[in-house]
Amino acid sequence: MTSTPSFYHQSAPPGLTGIKAWLLTHDHKRLGLMYLGAVLFWFTIAMVLGLLLRTELMSQGRTIMGPGLYNSFFTLHGVIMVFLFAIPAIPAIFGNFFLPIQLGTDDVFFPRLNLFSWYLFMIGGLLAIVSLFVGDGFPDTGWTFYVPFSIQNSKNVGLTVTAAFILGMSSMLTGLNFVTTFHRMRDKRMGLMQIPLFTWSLYSTAWVQILATPVIGITFILVVLERLLSIGLFDPDKGGDPLLYQHLFWMYSHPAVYIMILPGMGVISEIIPVFSRKSIFGYKAIVWSSMAIAIAGSLVWAHHMYTSGMSDVSVFVFSLLTFLVAVPSAVKVFSWIATMYKGSIEMTPPFLLALMFIYLFSVGGLTGLVLGAAGTDIHVHDTHFVVAHFHFVMFGGTGFAFFAALHYWWPKMFGVMYTFRAAYWGAVLAAIGFMFHYVPMLILGLQGMPRRYYDYLPQYETGNFLAGFGAYIMVFGIIIMFVNLLMSFRKGVPAPADPWGGTTLEWKVPSPPPVHNFIDKPQIMDFPYDFKGVGEQSQKNGR
Amino acid sequence: MTPVQGVDRTFWYILGISIILLFGITVMMVCFVVKYRRSKNPVPSDIRDNYKLEIVWTIIPTLIALSMFYVGWQSYLGLRTVPKDAMQIEVSAQMYSWIFIYANEKESENELVVPVGKAIKLNIKSIDVIHGFYLPAFRIKVDAVRGMTNYAWFFADRVGEYSIQCSQYCGVNHSAMVAKLRIVPQEEFDAWLAKESD
Repeated sequence: MTSTPSFYHQSAPPGLTGIKAWLLTHDHKRLGLMYLGAVLFWFTIAMVLGLLLRTELMSQGRTIMGPGLYNSFFTLHGVIMVFLFAIPAIPAIFGNFFLPIQLGTDDVFFPRLNLFSWYLFMIGGLLAIVSLFVGDGFPDTGWTFYVPFSIQNSKNVGLTVTAAFILGMSSMLTGLNFVTTFHRMRDKRMGLMQIPLFTWSLYSTAWVQILATPVIGITFILVVLERLLSIGLFDPDKGGDPLLYQHLFWMYSHPAVYIMILPGMGVISEIIPVFSRKSIFGYKAIVWSSMAIAIAGSLVWAHHMYTSGMSDVSVFVFSLLTFLVAVPSAVKVFSWIATMYKGSIEMTPPFLLALMFIYLFSVGGLTGLVLGAAGTDIHVHDTHFVVAHFHFVMFGGTGFAFFAALHYWWPKMFGVMYTFRAAYWGAVLAAIGFMFHYVPMLILGLQGMPRRYYDYLPQYETGNFLAGFGAYIMVFGIIIMFVNLLMSFRKGVPAPADPWGGTTLEWKVPSPPPVHNFIDKPQIMDFPYDFKGVGEQSQKNGR
Repeated sequence: MTPVQGVDRTFWYILGISIILLFGITVMMVCFVVKYRRSKNPVPSDIRDNYKLEIVWTIIPTLIALSMFYVGWQSYLGLRTVPKDAMQIEVSAQMYSWIFIYANEKESENELVVPVGKAIKLNIKSIDVIHGFYLPAFRIKVDAVRGMTNYAWFFADRVGEYSIQCSQYCGVNHSAMVAKLRIVPQEEFDAWLAKESD
C-alpha cells in the first residue's frame, strides 16, 4: 500500500512542482487544504475581533476602544465569520476533500472551476482587507447592511458588499461542482441509498447555495447601484421600500444559515456511528430531513422581520413555517442519540466534540423556538438573546462540527495522528468557556439588552463581565486544540489508513490518499454504515 | 390577562418544554455513552431503524411545535389589539433621540410621560434611518421606518420609571439612543402636559 505516492508527492495535472503544484492544481484534495489554510486565517482574525468586542463590553463606558471602532469591529467580525468561515468552512474544506472519495471517484466534475472558486474566495477576502485601508475605512453597518443606513453611510460599503458578492460566487460554484459530481461522477454501483450522509448533507446544501446565492448577489448589486446612482428602489421618498431590502437580504441569508449548519450535521452523522460502531439510526429519515430542511428552510426568511412593520398576516405565515422547520432538526438529534443506544462506544476527541455539538446545537435549536413564536420574539428580537441563540447554532453547531471534522479527518488528510490528551483539554475548556460566554448573553437578552450596543444601562454590567470572562476561557481552549493539532506534524506519529474503524470509502484508501484517491476499484457496500466485521479488521491493524 | 402576562406565559411555556427536552436529550446521551462504552459492551447490536419510533418522534415534536406556534400567536395578538379608548402619542425617531408629540402639540425629547391606568398607543415613524422602539418592561418593540407608520401599545398599569432603548442598529450613537418612560398619576400628567414645551 505504501508504494503508491500520496497526493502530496504527485501533482494534478502532472508535471507541476513546488508552489505551482499548489497554485495551479486541479486536485480536490489540495484545494481542500488550500481552503483550510485560508479559512483558519480568517477564523483567527474574526475570533480576535470578537474577543476585543467582548473585552470592550466587560465594563460600562469606554474600556479599550471608541464606539466608531467598536461598530466597525462587530461588522467585520460578522462579515468574516459568515462569509469567510461558517459558509465555506465545512463544504469547501472537508467537502472538497472527501465528497469525491466518499462517492468512489477521483475528482469533482469541474476541477478547473474548483480552482477558479478558490481564487474567487481569495479575491473576495483580499477585497475585504483592501476595504479596510482605502477610502473612509471599513463599514460600520453590521453584516446585514440594512438600508437606508448602508446607503447614506459614508464608509466603504460598496467595496465590502462587492467582496461579499465575489465570495457568494465562489460558494455558488462550489455548490454547482458538488451537485454535478454527485450525479455524474458517483461510482456506477452506488445507489442513492448507499451514499454516505456527509455527502448527502453537502448535496442538499449545494442546492441551497445554487438557488439562494444569486438573490444576495442581486441585492448587493442593488445596494451598490443605489449608492452610486440613487435609483430609489429602497428609498421611501422616491416611492421605494426599505422593507424590500430586508426581504431580499433574508431570502438568501436565512437559507444561508442552513448552508452553514447542514454540512455540520453531516459531519456528526458520520462521527456518531463510527465511534458507536453501530449503524446510523434512521438513515433514510436523516437523508429526507436534510432535504426537508433545505426546502422548508428557504421559506422562513421573514421571521427575522416580525418587528419590521410588515403585515400581521406575514407574521402568522412565517411563524407557522418556522415551527415546521424545527421538526426535521429534532428528528436528526433523536436519530443521533438512538444510534448510540446499544452501541460499543469508544471515546475519542472527535466523538467528544460531536457530543458537545449535539448539546450546544440543541440549546441553539430550542432557544430558536422562543424566537419563532410571534409574541415572545417581539421582546427578544434584536437583543443579546438573538446573539446568543445564533452563536449556539453557528458556533456551538457549525464551529464545533468543524472542530470535530478536523479531529476526525486530520489523520486522513495529513497522515499523522495527534495527542488525545491535549485535544480533550482543549475541547473541554472551549465548551466550558462557551457556556460561560453565551448563557449570560441569553439572560441579558431576556432582561432587555439590545444587540450591537457599544455601551449599556448599569443593570447589564454583571452579565457582560461574565460573558467576557467566558470568552477568554473559550479562546484559550481553542488555542490548545489548534496547537495540539499542529504539534502532530512535529511528532509525526504515522496514522494508519483506518484509525477509527470507519466504513465509508475514505477509510479504505491510504492516509494521505494518492492523487487519484483509489489504487484499486473501490468496493461499494450495500449499506454505507454496515459495521459487521469492523471489529476484527481494526484488531488486525494492531489496535 | 394583560399583553405582558400573555407574553410571559408564552416564555414560560416554550422555555419550560425546552428545558425538559434538553434535560432528556442530555441525560440519554450521557447514559448511553457510559453504559455502552466499549470496555463494557464490546459487541454492538445492529439496529438500523424502527419505523414506529421514528413516526412517533416526528409527530409528537410537530404537535408540540404547533402548540408553541399557537400560544405565541395568541400572545402576539394581545400586543397588536389596541383598546379603543387608548391615548395616542406620535413618536418620531431620529439619529440619535426620540421625540414624543402629544395631541395638544406638546413635544418632548427622550421623555415619554403618560398617566397611570390608561392604554397608550404609540404611532412610530422615523425621519432618517431605521430605528427600533423597545420598551422591555412592557414587552413591546417595533421598528421606526421612514415612510411608514408602525404602532405599538401598552397598558400603563403602574406608576414608575422605565427605559426605552433603540433596538435597530442606527449608527455611532445607537446605544446612547435611550429615552425614559414615566408613568405618573393623572393630575401630575395633566400639569405636565399643560406646561409649555421648553
